[in-house]
Amino acid sequence: MRASDGSIRSPYEQVAAWLEATGEANLRQRQSEAEALFRRLGITFSVYGEGGDPERLIPFDLIPRVFGAAEWRKLSRGVQQRARALNAFLYDVYHRGEIMRAGIVPESLVYQNEAYLPEMAGFDPPGRIYSHIVGVDIVRTNDTDFQVLEDNCRTPSGVSYMLENREIMMRMFPRLFAACAVDPIDEYPTMLKRTLQEVAPPACKGEPTVVLLTPGPLNSAYYEHSFLADLMGVELVESSDLFVNDGLVWMRTTRGPQRVDVIYRRIDDSYLDPLAFNPDSLLGVPGLFSVYRAGGVTLCSAPGSGIADDKAIYVFVPEMIRFYLGEQPILKNVQTWRCSLADERDHVLANLKDFVVKQVHGSGGYGMLIGPHATKKQISEFRTKILADPDAYIAQPTLELSSAPTVTADGIDARHVDFRPFCLVGKQVRLAPGGLTRVALTKGSLVVNSSQGGGVKDTWVLSE
Amino acid sequence: MRLSVRHVTRYEYNPPAMRADLRLRLFPSRFDGQKVVNWSVTVNGDEVRPLFINAFGDEEAVWRTDREQSLIEIVAEGMVETTDAAGVMRGLRDFSRPAVFLRETKLTAPSREILELARASAAGNVLDTLHKLSQNVRNAVEYEQNTTHALTTATEALQNGKGVCQDHAHVFIAAARLADIPARYVAGYISAGYVGRQESHAWAEAYVPELGWVGFDPSNRQSPTDAYIRICSGLDAADAAPLRGWVSASVRETLAVEVDVAPSPQQAQQ
Repeated sequence: MRASDGSIRSPYEQVAAWLEATGEANLRQRQSEAEALFRRLGITFSVYGEGGDPERLIPFDLIPRVFGAAEWRKLSRGVQQRARALNAFLYDVYHRGEIMRAGIVPESLVYQNEAYLPEMAGFDPPGRIYSHIVGVDIVRTNDTDFQVLEDNCRTPSGVSYMLENREIMMRMFPRLFAACAVDPIDEYPTMLKRTLQEVAPPACKGEPTVVLLTPGPLNSAYYEHSFLADLMGVELVESSDLFVNDGLVWMRTTRGPQRVDVIYRRIDDSYLDPLAFNPDSLLGVPGLFSVYRAGGVTLCSAPGSGIADDKAIYVFVPEMIRFYLGEQPILKNVQTWRCSLADERDHVLANLKDFVVKQVHGSGGYGMLIGPHATKKQISEFRTKILADPDAYIAQPTLELSSAPTVTADGIDARHVDFRPFCLVGKQVRLAPGGLTRVALTKGSLVVNSSQGGGVKDTWVLSE
Repeated sequence: MRLSVRHVTRYEYNPPAMRADLRLRLFPSRFDGQKVVNWSVTVNGDEVRPLFINAFGDEEAVWRTDREQSLIEIVAEGMVETTDAAGVMRGLRDFSRPAVFLRETKLTAPSREILELARASAAGNVLDTLHKLSQNVRNAVEYEQNTTHALTTATEALQNGKGVCQDHAHVFIAAARLADIPARYVAGYISAGYVGRQESHAWAEAYVPELGWVGFDPSNRQSPTDAYIRICSGLDAADAAPLRGWVSASVRETLAVEVDVAPSPQQAQQ
């Protein structure tokens, strides 16, 4: 909310005045009302591996994160640029591999990466689009700069919170919205559906039928799957609802089989089709990948998209932007050391307490070391892990993440935040004015993952 | 040479399978050294046609049923015209990059013994190295049926010192990859008179910079000739399986495979 000189940043003026006028006691009261609303609406997510009931209520903070029109313009252009470059990269690695021939990205990092699916080589997905929903994790590092922490090209989640948070805020503070010119985000489901319809396969005739494929109610993001399917007005299906016949995919309905053209799948590559990938998968549809490659159905995202958001590939995204688009990157990467390179590894090992170390193929904040908050034991364990398999780790400096005012037990206090906007790539590249702001609820913590005790905030983009 | 093939695979289910899905790569590859004169694939009498050509240049089809089946019989048969190119593959329409075939898989994970085999095979150039490797693999692993199974790894086969064509190919591939030479697994058939003719045969192809993909069949101590029919390829035997099935529920499955490959009668008369 405040600039580095301590003054209130201009996009926050109205929110700051509102906080002042509302008062702390009142805010805390409203905070518990908001939580009750979330509970009543049943907005939950699941956490695995901690025992007990995995269903949790995601903590919601009342005080919105605000972007001014000018900073949003820069941010959104930067995200769209990244989404275009990542898709160009995906097309390239599954075709001629120019960026590797040019010596920019090492071949082994791509072709021997598990996220690269050899089965995708030579295939042209409709519109040459692989990643249709790109979630980019961004932090503000000073008054003018944003840096990208990572890209999510497979099935980025969290967009339901963007929509729900707004819904709750509008119900609770209608007058605040009337006073502030906040851009609406309620077009997102329509934009998503349009994006998915735009990438219908060559075999599709007429209005494309879109479905959302979920692993089922036990998945941590099931709530989001059903929520999005509902808002788009498309069927939410599990694998047993689909089958393959005559080179097409069909959905079982009470009125007999119905053709499916586009599948927004929220299951991982290896589970998509037991005949093509993991043979033990019970979540997949046998023959689905064959039909996909034959042009009978479109999968969103394309199998093998994960190679673009692999943490080892992340380092090269600014180069990708120059190489494929001939543009200068609008958003910066966080400086990243690769433990696969001897010099960089030595530097990381010598300064582990200053670094955040991430597993290259990990996600969800699991398998990380936060140097400044780690014990001696944790640091020495990570040293052993890195030495045993250096290729599997990258390290980033602990950033001075920006913080945002948050309602806490000790009053309104600053907590670190990051931001994930969702960029849609169809015939057009679209971005709703907003995204998911995640907040680290523990004082001083930099970990915002919901699986690791983070919360969420509504994100406002102010109109021009 | 004109070779005629009849390849029958029978799966019997007791109690009957409620539903079955098959992915078939049972169509001869098309490249300069191999022309398909005629070919048909049927499942329980239904003709199955290829749906597309996959990344490795193989034709692929799917077949499914949701009616009860106690027998699924897959018949691939036809005639193929082959020429001897000393194992050098030309004209295959594959899209995958050679560097993909440096990957390690479960079946081809390296061991110290495989590394030693690779080191002992190093020669003046890549081609010589591969020929020497092929001989060394054959010397280290005796051809003996029923000593290994579909999930036997290269490491285990080399430790056993016994195995079949699948094991030879896996050891060869694992060692070639350690020497930084891309190598892939090939499934196909071989004519009478050779080791491996009663079943689907398997060998390896390795990437030689000046020549492209070249075949090596350690089991028969030679590169593929016109006695070979190439079907499909992949990172290892599991990846290159000509037939993969997904069959519902708890059924007992028995499998029988018969392969008959012979020079066609017209050819024999010439």
